[in-house]
Amino acid sequence: MSSESLPISGLAGLETKPRPTWIEVLHEWLVTVDHKKLGIMYIVYALVFLVVGGVEATILRIQLAIPHAHFVSPQVFNRMFTMHGTTMIFFVAMPVLFGFANYLVPLMIGARDMAFPRLNAFSFWLTAFGGLLLYFSFLGGDGLYGAGSTPDVGWWAYAPLTSVAFSRGHSTDYWTISLLVSGFGTIGTAVNIVATVLSMRCPGMTLGKMPLLVWLNLVMSGMLLFTITPLTAAQLMLMIDRYMGGHFFDTQAGGSAAIWMHFFWIFGHPEVYVLIIPCFAFVSEIVPVFSRKPIFGYPIMVAATVCIGFVSLSVWAHHMYTIGMTSYENAFFVLTTLAVGVPTGIKIFNWLGTMWGGKIRYELPMMWCLGFLFQFLIAGLTGIMLGAAPFDWQLGNSYFVVAHFHYVIVGGILFALFGAFYYWFPKITGKMLDKKLGHWHFWLFLFGFHMTFDFMHIPGLLGMPRRIYTYEAGRGWAIWNLIVTIGVFFQAVAVLMFVFNMIHSYFRGRVAGNDPWDAWTLEWATSSPPPEYNFAVIPEVKSRRPLWDLKHPEDPDWKYE
Amino acid sequence: MTLPQTMPAAPEAWTLPSKGRVAMFSFIVAETSIFTIFVVAYLFYLGKSLSGPTPRQVLEVPIFSTICLLSSSITIHLAVHYLRQAKYAAFKLAWFLTFALGAIFLIGTGIEWNKLITVDGLTISTNLFGTTYYSLVGLHASHVTGGLIALGIVLALALAGKVNEKHEHHLDVLSLYWHFVDAVWVVVFTVVYVIGR
Ligand SMILES: [Cu+2]
Repeated sequence: MSSESLPISGLAGLETKPRPTWIEVLHEWLVTVDHKKLGIMYIVYALVFLVVGGVEATILRIQLAIPHAHFVSPQVFNRMFTMHGTTMIFFVAMPVLFGFANYLVPLMIGARDMAFPRLNAFSFWLTAFGGLLLYFSFLGGDGLYGAGSTPDVGWWAYAPLTSVAFSRGHSTDYWTISLLVSGFGTIGTAVNIVATVLSMRCPGMTLGKMPLLVWLNLVMSGMLLFTITPLTAAQLMLMIDRYMGGHFFDTQAGGSAAIWMHFFWIFGHPEVYVLIIPCFAFVSEIVPVFSRKPIFGYPIMVAATVCIGFVSLSVWAHHMYTIGMTSYENAFFVLTTLAVGVPTGIKIFNWLGTMWGGKIRYELPMMWCLGFLFQFLIAGLTGIMLGAAPFDWQLGNSYFVVAHFHYVIVGGILFALFGAFYYWFPKITGKMLDKKLGHWHFWLFLFGFHMTFDFMHIPGLLGMPRRIYTYEAGRGWAIWNLIVTIGVFFQAVAVLMFVFNMIHSYFRGRVAGNDPWDAWTLEWATSSPPPEYNFAVIPEVKSRRPLWDLKHPEDPDWKYE
Repeated sequence: MTLPQTMPAAPEAWTLPSKGRVAMFSFIVAETSIFTIFVVAYLFYLGKSLSGPTPRQVLEVPIFSTICLLSSSITIHLAVHYLRQAKYAAFKLAWFLTFALGAIFLIGTGIEWNKLITVDGLTISTNLFGTTYYSLVGLHASHVTGGLIALGIVLALALAGKVNEKHEHHLDVLSLYWHFVDAVWVVVFTVVYVIGR
């Protein structure tokens, strides 16, 4: 960390402390309020759960590989798909995205920390505690009744399956409380990100000069404020039903099961956008740097994101076409669902426009982003198919739907995330990820992904419903299911190689330097890893690419913006 | 890479919104969606109870406690105003009044619930009306309780002479929350006692 190499000011004399003992290190991490440490903790926490959720998915796929398999019992199968879904959404995708937001947003806006560092730590520990509660149900779910262990009601937990009569024991309560607790953590994080972005920017960084990643995380946090609390409210109602004898979802006392669906999906659909918008953010940072061009149509990108944020709040019932709504409701939700595709399409054209005529460098972050673009487009197309009510009546609740949303979540979100890992790992650790292992990871994962999820559409089209634990031979589903299951193992091997790559590179990797990608945003203006205070002197910016201005004083951006 | 710092200094003063206010407004947005869901549930289930008692039979309009709660918005505003001008005695009085008015509201709710449970036999599990009524009013009352705890802590600190005009910003943010709780009551009142009856 020599100060001369930093474009924005130097570090005053670096004091050398004696090497801390492991207990001191542990204590430091437990009590830290530093946004970078918390970000890393979010990310590591999510990676642990990624492996757990991946094991659960593998169990599901082994059971479905051949007809009449007896790998797990129907009860265990139900528990596994519930835990897989809940884990992947709430304890992998959200924490990992919060981790990156935590780490990057203050650096990119030239701040020393989040607006509320202690709230930040509190939010992290709430989220962590939520995940532990969910998995504690393996031990505690039996409760006093000796029935049920770990939730088995599916990740959307439709009523009346969750009523006391049908969910004995405490497994469903663990699910409820776990999501409530982590939901409070999420609200804390969202409030914190909004306050950080609006109140902590360095001098000169007007809203129109913020990096797109910051803009998109602001929109994500704003959406969370609207969408997480409906889930909290619905969970409170479920608790009232289960513990106090309330009747919200009790049809025998005049309650409604459909209203749970509405409340859940008012959260559930925007949640998809909450997850994908930070991934748009990664792509919007990586594509320009590796195309050697500024992002094409910055204001349009911002406007499209805000537009997605609002429109996606009004599309939730496209998950409910099959419950029999009025034709007016159906028409409304078809129209809004198709409409939300428009700003999303605009974004794809913006990324293509950025690459157009650029000098593309096919480094690993860029490769993952190209995979993202291609797969996200296909996922969007099947999404538009399913968004049309009559098509959904035919294929709703089938493996076609499962294939569609895994195309979004794995092909879109996870690909962009892997790109983000390869892009920012050098900043976070100071070491480059190994390129050769990275190529193995990319190509194996790409192959496995397409093997699994391309072919998963077919049993859906052939009528295979989701969430069945086995099926008859001779329906024409068997061969496709076998292919799907084989693909899972390619992905599993690829992910293990990625985990190995991170550990290996952390200790043995090539030293990255402060700015290995020749990038333009402020996080690359400080050392790798950044010092605790991020910037010795708070920077001042005049354009969207402050580092470009510094590197090219003869041709700065601010002359044109 | 050794580069001179060539950026000209930012010309005019750089001011950003207060992070406390931004955070409180964000929090209020999140709270608003919780209340929206409970209000929607209340309206959706209006008149769908399969058994009595009904709202018309048992609910009495809590005019007095409503007036108390709404006036506490005025007193907290005055309190922050006095603190800004360093009029400590007036500040303490206004802050105490805010706390007392909030407490009266909560006691009023307690008396109302006591009557509903013991006289009318309406509990949270009696029927849909009971379920939705107690959860909506209870959600609001729990927010009043949370606010009262915060107000009480400030009151204790103020009586100990530890609050001065430097804390005006913090109390201003707290007063935003209190105004929100009052505003929610206007909605709850309208839904439960006006539309719901
Ligand atoms: Cu949706």
